[in-house]
Amino acid sequence: MTTEDAMTTEDATTTEGFGSAEGVGGAEGIGSAEGVENVAAAGPAAGLRARRVSRTADGRVILDGVSISPAPGATVGLLGPNGSGKSTLLRLLSGVLAPASGVITLDGRPLAGLGRRDIARRIAVVEQQTDTQVELNVLDVVRLGRTPHRRAWTPPSPADEEAVRDALARTGLADRAHQSWHTLSGGERQRVQIARALAQEPRELLLDEPTNHLDVQHQLDLLALVTSLPVTSVVALHDLNLAAMYCDRLVVLREGRVVARGTPGDVLTEELIAEVYGVRAAVTRDGSDGRPHVRFLGTVSPPAPR
Amino acid sequence: MTRPRVGLLCAAGAALLVASVAVAITIGPADIGVGDVWSVVASHLGWGSTELSPIRDGIVWQLRLPRTLLAAVCGAGLAVCGAVMQSLLRNPLADPFVLGVSSGASTGAVVVVVLGAGGGLVSVSAGAFLGALLSFGLVLLLSHILGGTTDRVVLSGVAAMQLFSALTSFVVMTAADAETTRGVLFWLLGSLSGVGWTDVWVCFAVLVVTLAVCLAYARTLDAFAFGQDAAANLGVSVARTRLVLLCATALLTAALVSSTGAIGFVGLVLPHAARALVGSGHARLLPVAALAGAVFLVWVDTLARTVLDPQEVPVGVVTSLIGVPVFVLVLYRTRRTR
Repeated sequence: MTTEDAMTTEDATTTEGFGSAEGVGGAEGIGSAEGVENVAAAGPAAGLRARRVSRTADGRVILDGVSISPAPGATVGLLGPNGSGKSTLLRLLSGVLAPASGVITLDGRPLAGLGRRDIARRIAVVEQQTDTQVELNVLDVVRLGRTPHRRAWTPPSPADEEAVRDALARTGLADRAHQSWHTLSGGERQRVQIARALAQEPRELLLDEPTNHLDVQHQLDLLALVTSLPVTSVVALHDLNLAAMYCDRLVVLREGRVVARGTPGDVLTEELIAEVYGVRAAVTRDGSDGRPHVRFLGTVSPPAPR
Repeated sequence: MTRPRVGLLCAAGAALLVASVAVAITIGPADIGVGDVWSVVASHLGWGSTELSPIRDGIVWQLRLPRTLLAAVCGAGLAVCGAVMQSLLRNPLADPFVLGVSSGASTGAVVVVVLGAGGGLVSVSAGAFLGALLSFGLVLLLSHILGGTTDRVVLSGVAAMQLFSALTSFVVMTAADAETTRGVLFWLLGSLSGVGWTDVWVCFAVLVVTLAVCLAYARTLDAFAFGQDAAANLGVSVARTRLVLLCATALLTAALVSSTGAIGFVGLVLPHAARALVGSGHARLLPVAALAGAVFLVWVDTLARTVLDPQEVPVGVVTSLIGVPVFVLVLYRTRRTR
């Protein structure tokens, strides 16, 4: 896709493009037109992008013309109520599902034209909740991350072992390598899955509600870990305050369409929360670094008496 | 838990297998020693001559050796198929027969034996093989139509199993006399009596090829631990892997079943026993499961042909009689205490 295509196909009425030229820190405060120009400046090719992707299932529209282009190194939060298309968008981005229309590109090349193995060397996925009946320890699970890098019949290379050690160290699991998967708590399992994803040595990390079923401490730990990693992350989240605290940019989906995007400060307004979630909220600016903090007051229309 | 070195374990298993085959051959009505076995084998391989009488030579070379070797090949093959199926379909109850292969084979064999299909040109083995492939094809088609997920494969297999069992019973009940029924029943339960060198070589060749394919996919199979999507996200092309491995294991099962009938339980139990021994990594699991299955079936068949001597018990009956308690014991020892 050429630069001109990118300019014309982008929907300029929404805040578009995440200013890939500026890297992690530079993702803040980019308005709509400016964002598009930044995309053009960096070349439309860099990283993982969805361009006007749609997907239907059983005649129902799940995603309708969604575009996202996370800046390299940034953490992008996907928000939206249940059924808004967050998980489907992540599955399209990982190439497990194919879009009905539109295109997902990785460095400018359509994902559909890449082999599963090549994709897995670039993009790692952490699913919502995972379990297995197989007897595995932490090390076994993290080693699975080397699958796309290894050939049949060959023992693990020094590079494989190094990547596994590194992933365990980053996630603070080095001393639990031999603990059985089945004895781990939910938070620990998610941490192990992130270590497994890191062992893939990805540049893009996709996480689908990774904090579900975790206690507060583990939620914060996990997102702090994700944001500290030197990868581009796209995280589907339910908790608006967690999203405000940890994400560089937010994309809000409702019924398969993007209804807002930008920094947490721009996106998380009382109006948007009322419109998208049907919830009355008070948004203050007293989060860390002046980030928004959402306090829920009740539903917009109280439930009708039975 | 520390896991034993897999190389060491395989070497020990191979030694145990050779010793088991040699000793198992000596057991039986005709008095033959291990030394006799070696000298017969050596003479047939052209390394010297044997002083044994032609009859005793024949008992070793024509009867007991092919039978024992086929037991080993069959045990190894069923265990490998079971291990692969259980991982691929993420179902600890999956076994080589879950794809309807054995029931299809039974129907094929019964149609040949009872109805005389093929006019004597088609052997029982060939009929069984055709039936197995037909049934497997039906399962693949059904599971594809029904959505192609692993649970659909298992359910299609169960459906095919029921269908072909009913067909088999129907043919036997309506067309067979008592004597034929007894013979068919013996075959259905699995038996290694009367097998020849052709069976051994065919099954051995299919086993080697299938084992090589499965070992090449060992790492891919590991990646299925957390399900198909997780495997896909680890770079596995799920549909191709499943097709290759289902076809390979179905072919091996079809080859084994058409020579020996449906020997149950080996493919279900031995993989679990092997996992308890070396863990679930397939590069270690598959060779160990193969050796364990081989040794297991050699001894179970020996028991089956001697315990009620001169009458023979179908080996499938003995595998289940021994297998169930062993299965419970293995599961008990590896039960999860949280």
